[in-house]
Amino acid sequence: MAGHNESILREPLITGKDITYAQITEEILSPVENKPNKAWWIGFILALCGATLWVVSVGYTFWFGIGAWGLNKTVGWAWDITGFVWWVGIGHAGTLISAVLLLFRQNWRNSINRSAEAMTIFAVICAATYVVSHMGRPWLAYWVLPLPNQFGSLWVNFNSPLVWDMFAISTYFSVSLLFWYTGLLPDIATIRDRATGIRKKVYTIFSFGWSGSVKTWQRFEAVSLILAGISTPLVLSVHTIVSMDFATSVIPGWHTTIFPPYFVAGAIFSGFAMVLTLLLVVRKVLGLENYITMFHIESMNKIIILTGSIVGVAYLTELFIAWYSGSQYELYAFQNRIAGPFAWAYWLMMTCNVISPQLLWFKKIRTNIAATWVLSIVVNIGMWFERFVIIVTSLHRDYLPSSWTMFSPTWVDVGVFVGSIGVFFTLFLLFLRVLPSIAIAEVKMILKSSSEQSKMKLIKEGNLDKEHVQEYIESLEKFDSVKQEDYAKI
Amino acid sequence: MSNIKYILGSFGDPDEMLTGIKKLQENNISIYDVYTPMPIHGIEAKLGVKRSRLDIAAFFFGITGTITMLTGVYLATVVDWPVNIGGKTHFALPDFIPITFELTILFCAFGLVGSYYASTHLFPGRAPRVMDLRATDDRFVIAIDAKQNTEHEKIDELLKGAGALEVKHNERKYISYE
Repeated sequence: MAGHNESILREPLITGKDITYAQITEEILSPVENKPNKAWWIGFILALCGATLWVVSVGYTFWFGIGAWGLNKTVGWAWDITGFVWWVGIGHAGTLISAVLLLFRQNWRNSINRSAEAMTIFAVICAATYVVSHMGRPWLAYWVLPLPNQFGSLWVNFNSPLVWDMFAISTYFSVSLLFWYTGLLPDIATIRDRATGIRKKVYTIFSFGWSGSVKTWQRFEAVSLILAGISTPLVLSVHTIVSMDFATSVIPGWHTTIFPPYFVAGAIFSGFAMVLTLLLVVRKVLGLENYITMFHIESMNKIIILTGSIVGVAYLTELFIAWYSGSQYELYAFQNRIAGPFAWAYWLMMTCNVISPQLLWFKKIRTNIAATWVLSIVVNIGMWFERFVIIVTSLHRDYLPSSWTMFSPTWVDVGVFVGSIGVFFTLFLLFLRVLPSIAIAEVKMILKSSSEQSKMKLIKEGNLDKEHVQEYIESLEKFDSVKQEDYAKI
Repeated sequence: MSNIKYILGSFGDPDEMLTGIKKLQENNISIYDVYTPMPIHGIEAKLGVKRSRLDIAAFFFGITGTITMLTGVYLATVVDWPVNIGGKTHFALPDFIPITFELTILFCAFGLVGSYYASTHLFPGRAPRVMDLRATDDRFVIAIDAKQNTEHEKIDELLKGAGALEVKHNERKYISYE
C-alpha cells in the first residue's frame, strides 16, 4: 500500500473525483438504506408476475404429472433439461469471477463479484427447481441422495452421471453460498453499524458479530484465498459433470468426449453474458457508474469473445468429427441439425453464439453500452438454443424412422421456463434491496491504488513517463464516467 | 485513577494509521487491537498476529471428505449390495472420482468456514463487540488499553501527531452494548 503505486498504464477501477471511504459506503448502501424507486417497483412487479406463473405452471405439473409437458415417447427430455443446463451455465460466472479472478489477482473483480455471486446462487436455485419439478413424484426427491432405496438395501447408482450431478450441484450451491456469505459479513456489519431500531437488530443477527479486528481480517483473507482455490476446480467440475449427463450416453450427437471443455466454455460464456445483462442495468439504475466502469464492461466482453470463440471452435470440431468418425449415425445427427426440421434452431444458435459475438472484436462495439447489452441478451438466447439443439434435435429422430417425431412445448413448458426467469429476477431484485450489490470492503481496498483520483495525483506529481501518461489519458476516452476536460488542462 | 478503559485513535487514512502504529510501538505502548473497514495488508505482522493455520485445517477436512466418500461407496457397492454389471469390478474407482472430488471440496469448504467462524467467534446473533461505529465505515481505529498504558496524554499526542482525526477516551469497552 504505502510506497508502492500501481502503474499508470493500468486503467482505473474506480472513477470520479474526491471519492472518500465514507462516500463509497454511502453510494453503495443507498439502495439498501432508502426506499425503492419506481424503476425497482416496476421491475419487481413484473418479476413477481413471472414468479406467480412459475408457481402455477409447476403446481399444474405436480398435480397432473409430467404429461402436462410436450414430451413424447421419442423426445423424453426437452425444455426441462434445456432450462436446467441453461441456468447452471449462467450460474458459472459468479464463482468464476470471485474465485478464478481472485487467484489471478484481477482487481477488477472487486466491484462485480458480489452481484455476480448472488446471480450464481439464484441461477442455481432456478436450476435446482427444474431437477425437482421434472421428477414425476417430487415428494420423493430425496431418493437421489445416497440412501438405501426405500431404506431397504439397494443404493443409488454411483456409476450414473445423474447421481454425480446431484453431488456436483449441491456442493456447488452450498460452497458458493458459503463463499458469498462469508464475503458479505463485513458489509452486513457496515449496514448494522449505520442502522437503528429493528433494522439494526436484524443486521446484527446476520452480521455474526463481525468487528473488523486485525485477526478477523487476516483469517478472512486466508479463508477467501483457500475457498477460491477449491472453488476453481469445483466450477470446472460442475459443468463437466452436467455435460457427462449427455456424453456418457450412447445417443449420436451426445456421445462425444469434447463435451466437458465445450460445456464449461459455454457456461462461462453465458454466465458472463448474464452478468452483463444485469449489471449494465444495475449500474445505471443504482448510479454505480463510478464503480462498475467501462473497463469492467470491456474486460467482461473480452472474456465473452474468448469463450464464445472456444464454443465456436467446439461446434466446428463436432461437425468435423461427425464426418471424420465414419459413424453414419453421428453424421446423420449433425446433418439433421444443420438441415433437418429443427435447422432454424441450429442456425439461430450459430448466429447468436458464434457470429454475433465476433462483433466484440471492434472496440467501438465492446465499449458501447447499448450494443453490449443487446449482444449479451443475444448470447443468452443463443445459449438456450444450444441446449435445445443438443437435446431435442439429437432425440427427435432416433434409430427407428417409425418413431421419428417433432417436439412442441405446451403452455406449461413455457410457463415453467418464463416463470423461472421471474423467480430469478424476483430474488435478484430483493437482493439489491437488502444487501450491498458491490463488495464495499473490497472496493475500499483498491481506492488508494487503482482509482482515477490516485492516478490523477500521480500525474500531477510529475515523475512519470510522458508517453505513458498520454496512453493512460487516451485509454480514458471510452469511459462514460470520466470527464475528459479534467485531463485537457494537464 | 480515571475511569477510562480504552483510548481510541480514529484515522481517516490507512497509511496514517500505520504511522500511528509505528509511533506507538516505538514508544513501547502496547496496542490492544486495530479495527478497520477493510483488510490492511502487512498489519498483522506488526501486531504480532500469528500466521493462520486454517490452510492446514482445510487440508485435513478435505482429506476427510475423500476418505468418507471412498469408504461410503465401497460399503455400498462392495460390502452391502454388490451388483454384477457384466462381470465388471464392483469397486469401479474411475467412476467414483467425480463424486469423491465433490465431497472433498464440500467437506473442505464447510470445515474451513466452520473453523474460521469458530476461531474468530462469528455466529448468527452474536452481540457485536464494537468500539467505534465508524470502524466499519470510513475510520481506521487503533485501540489502546488505558489501564495498561497509563501515559494517556503522551498517547494522545502520538496519535494526533500521526494524523488521527479524533482521539476518544472511552469509559466502557464496547459501545454496542447499549
